[in-house]
Amino acid sequence: MGKKLLLEHIDVPGIQSYEVYRQKGGYKSVEKALASNNPDGIVEEVKKSGLRGRGGAGFPTGMKWSFLAKPEGVARYLVCNADESEPGTFKDRYLMEKIPHLLVEGMITSSYALGAKTSFIYIRGEYFYVLRILENAIKEAYANGWLGKNIKGSGFDHDLYVHIGAGAYICGEETALLESLEGKRGNPRIKPPFPAVSGLYGCPTVVNNVETITAVVPIVNNGGEEYAKIGVDRSTGTKLISASGHINKPGVYEIELGVPVEEFIYSDEYCGGIRNGKALKAVVAGGSSVPILPAELILKTANGEPRLMSYESLADGGFATGTMLGSGGFIVMDETTSIVKNLWNFTRFYHHESCGQCSPCREGTSWMEKILHKILDGHGTIKDIDLLWEIQGKIEGKTICPLGDAAAWPVASAIRHFRKEFEEYVLSPEKIVDVKHYYKVNNLVEA
Amino acid sequence: MSSNVEVKFSEESLKTIKEIVARYPEGKHKSALIPVLHIAQSEFNGWLSPEVMEEVAKVLDLQPIEVFEVASFYSMFNLKPVGKCLIEVCHTSSCWLMGAEDVVNHIQKKLNIKVGETTSDGMFTLKTVECLGSCGSAPMMMVGADFYENLTLQSVDEIMDKCKQADKRSSYMVDKMLG
Repeated sequence: MGKKLLLEHIDVPGIQSYEVYRQKGGYKSVEKALASNNPDGIVEEVKKSGLRGRGGAGFPTGMKWSFLAKPEGVARYLVCNADESEPGTFKDRYLMEKIPHLLVEGMITSSYALGAKTSFIYIRGEYFYVLRILENAIKEAYANGWLGKNIKGSGFDHDLYVHIGAGAYICGEETALLESLEGKRGNPRIKPPFPAVSGLYGCPTVVNNVETITAVVPIVNNGGEEYAKIGVDRSTGTKLISASGHINKPGVYEIELGVPVEEFIYSDEYCGGIRNGKALKAVVAGGSSVPILPAELILKTANGEPRLMSYESLADGGFATGTMLGSGGFIVMDETTSIVKNLWNFTRFYHHESCGQCSPCREGTSWMEKILHKILDGHGTIKDIDLLWEIQGKIEGKTICPLGDAAAWPVASAIRHFRKEFEEYVLSPEKIVDVKHYYKVNNLVEA
Repeated sequence: MSSNVEVKFSEESLKTIKEIVARYPEGKHKSALIPVLHIAQSEFNGWLSPEVMEEVAKVLDLQPIEVFEVASFYSMFNLKPVGKCLIEVCHTSSCWLMGAEDVVNHIQKKLNIKVGETTSDGMFTLKTVECLGSCGSAPMMMVGADFYENLTLQSVDEIMDKCKQADKRSSYMVDKMLG
């Protein structure tokens, strides 16, 4: 069993409530932070921990924090990105629903470190019921003196609010999120200026993912060095993995970074193997945006080394033979899955979610969806496969925000690793009789 | 749904709106727009008519066009009337892998409508939506703010019956906006 830092108490009855959470050592990190009277010391601990942003980009959190501009007399903000919308990712929802005070505690401790007197949790609109859970937790935190004026006599004032979104994947991009929080359309901003200088309301702002902020709690409690002892390479600590698709035990798992992918998929501690005894075909390891890998490349690197669940190992081989840890949205596909149809599904998603600001993304995602639809309809040609390849290359790196890259990578990787399957679809369209290549589970399908 | 119905927020909603506006710094009341649009949609029959958006603009001291340009961006805001039960089936990858197409086809057949349509009695609207963060319990659908997971065709039928019999229309807002 790996070490659990975030989910240690997840099964304790009543852990959602303040009393039980506190009994289990909750809010100690706030006490420790306030007693230290040294906000910069906390930033240093986070740097030492090696914690990297858990939303997907993997940028070192301590470094992001140290970039925050601190001009005299200007408000600073901490904003928590709880807009979790990357297909395959559901860990933040799980955390907020099951142990909401961990996020509230992380927000207070992190805000103290950053000198933010106000912070916001921006939560996606579809998580309305989670909003209620968080509102209640925040109310309890106020009632017990962890929020408000002069917290526990320290002189530190802090207000924390939850802000609801209304359905837009793009708002998970930090500048789009800030636009949305200001009551506007979620169009990403051109960077620079970065939010660290000019973020919410033009003030210095740090935007961190839910899991990142909750990880600050064990880092402050046990020290950054302790945290850094867990994991491999520059992948320190634990990571929540959202496992879904054709596996026996879908769900959220906290792993010590560095667990072999093979163990993660097949051991009973995690996914428990592929359903119905089928063979593994492909995995999308870090949410829909990261390159898809065929079974042989997800289990082992191109050099034949066992692939590990870590930032470095998953990226080994670059995009030619590797992928990314991303958000940890781990989607498993068995041998019956149509890669072409799954790709159409992804491109439809990105087309729907493109904000429309940049032409390559707005037009390109639309074209990719249409071409894949044509192929699935049995009217594709070899030239269409080449056209798809060409279009994705003209989106990647040519947009204001990373949504363009996120839309391009699944297309590039699917063609790179499964070109034969695309060719079959265009050369023998009569074979595409029924492209419903998914499991018939439970009694879902009518007899 | 006609324009001669006067659109006015209830006293209770106005109180909540005031409380929400107070969360943002002086002069940054526009930040309250999305939460207030949710309140409006919930109070005025599940969609945002031009009259409703004008009322929102009035209480937040914004121009109606500022409200419209935001309402039209986010997929949870309905700019057309919807049925009493708004069914939203997730059809993104993990849900698709686990049978979302069957769920959609089953509901289409049962209600004799296509995705995006409302039944003639105004009872059900069917939509497909992109990833709702329920991938580990796929397939799933949402009715109002309620998540229904690990769906089977049988459970879909039961959920639909329950929603039909509910005395209130489905709403994203669970009870009230604030705790």
